[in-house]
Amino acid sequence: MRDEPCVGPRTQGRIPDAERRARGPCVVIECFEEIPCDPCHDACRRGAIRPFDDINHLPEVDFDRCNGCGACISVCPGLAIFVVDETWKEDLAVVKLPYEFLPLPAPGESVAGLDRSGRECCTARVVRVEKTKKHDRTAVVWIEVPKALSMEVRHIRVGGSVCGLRETCE
Amino acid sequence: MIGAGPAGLCAAIAARDMGARVTCVDSGDRPGGQLVKQTHKFFGSRGQFAGKRGIDIARILAKQIEDDPMVDLMLESTVIGFYDDGAIGIEHGEGLTFLKPERIVCATGASERMLAFPGNDLPGVYGAGAVQTLMNVHGVRPGKAVLMVGAGNIGLIVSYQLLQAGVEVVAVVEAMPQVGGYDVHARKIQRAGVPILTSHTVKAVYGTRVVEGATVWALGSDFRPIPETERHFQVDTVCLAVGLTPLADLLWQAGCKMAYIPELGGHVALWDENYETSRRGVYVAGDLAGIEEASSAMIEGTIAGLAAARSLGHSRPDLEERLATARAELAALRSGPKGEKVRRGIDRLMRLRREVGFVA
Repeated sequence: MRDEPCVGPRTQGRIPDAERRARGPCVVIECFEEIPCDPCHDACRRGAIRPFDDINHLPEVDFDRCNGCGACISVCPGLAIFVVDETWKEDLAVVKLPYEFLPLPAPGESVAGLDRSGRECCTARVVRVEKTKKHDRTAVVWIEVPKALSMEVRHIRVGGSVCGLRETCE
Repeated sequence: MIGAGPAGLCAAIAARDMGARVTCVDSGDRPGGQLVKQTHKFFGSRGQFAGKRGIDIARILAKQIEDDPMVDLMLESTVIGFYDDGAIGIEHGEGLTFLKPERIVCATGASERMLAFPGNDLPGVYGAGAVQTLMNVHGVRPGKAVLMVGAGNIGLIVSYQLLQAGVEVVAVVEAMPQVGGYDVHARKIQRAGVPILTSHTVKAVYGTRVVEGATVWALGSDFRPIPETERHFQVDTVCLAVGLTPLADLLWQAGCKMAYIPELGGHVALWDENYETSRRGVYVAGDLAGIEEASSAMIEGTIAGLAAARSLGHSRPDLEERLATARAELAALRSGPKGEKVRRGIDRLMRLRREVGFVA
């Protein structure tokens, strides 16, 4: 089994720390393998995603410039960009994530919050669904999750329950 | 241009831009090749339409040549022969046509590899390309529950597209101890709950008339299956994404010097820096020149199209600059850790070309 995708040595300095997250919304780019790709840099009007010297380099974020607007989320072909806002409410954080499935959830709807391995870890409330022409069919869904799970929840399941593995004992 | 996929279309655009007359032949009913089923956003840089979806890139490229009197696009037409005198035979609805172009860019792409296991002939065992065509071109779901074999980019992307189509993907099995495709593609399906079983392969697929289930087992470090590690999945579809091999039949017929280069996917024609083969006037581009991503195929097509037109005496002021930019972009795409295999393959190809001493 492939190792669970988790935070490892390659993430050092690339993920906003708790202190930065406490200051306001910011981007979390979970892109830890060098592949030839750079559209995220062009997506950021604030210059928070630094220019690439080499297209294979990992994205470098200036967390002082990032305001968590999320303009880069739908641009990333790897769907690897999220925004976390831990200042949303007392106990609740907002996670903005890319979502390319139908049906889209509606604001106010309850959905299952899934972690990086697809495990259901909370019930999340949908706050907003952004889907304009600029998003090019990659919606950005804002969900409210318990603050402690802001760095865990990375996907949602809309409606229905967990589809069981069709593994049998035969 | 034989083939109107990403490489062939870019070759046609480049040669047309140089002032050459172009005929672009493709067996499909629309231009774009594999792009017409690639619903995901592309990697790369802006020059290769990064961030755009393959389906949209196909339209953007086709639009550039569609109404151009310099370009003749022959669809639903298959090149069936390459003859000694340089003529090619094209089979289409009305019969057979022969053309004798001054230059040929061959961009026929690749075919999928098969895997040997009991039950691989049962209906319900598909190649990933067929699954993509069914879903993304024709809007038909291939089944209800799928076992994906292969965790290269194609296996990962098609798994994701199956999930988008509402099909359950029970697992992805991969014989290698690690995922071959991009990590971000793997993460997309893992967070949707799809397990990726590395060091695993299919043992057998069973069913009386159609696929009803599949058994997988673990592989040791010597790639031998480990008994009593079997796991069974109830699926109606098994999708094979176990690699591609260049579709080189026409090049064999053309008498191009060929070599078996595993890093490039199998038998390829030896080509030079302009993608010209040992048979003068015959160029290659895209997966036919070596299995790579579509972004590389587009640049290879551009280089081959420009070089082919230049060799006919066409020119334009920005030609050298355009060639240099294309070569630099291609080198950049291949320069990362994921391009290591392709770089090794091309090194080997260049070495062989020097050994056989062909100068195109």
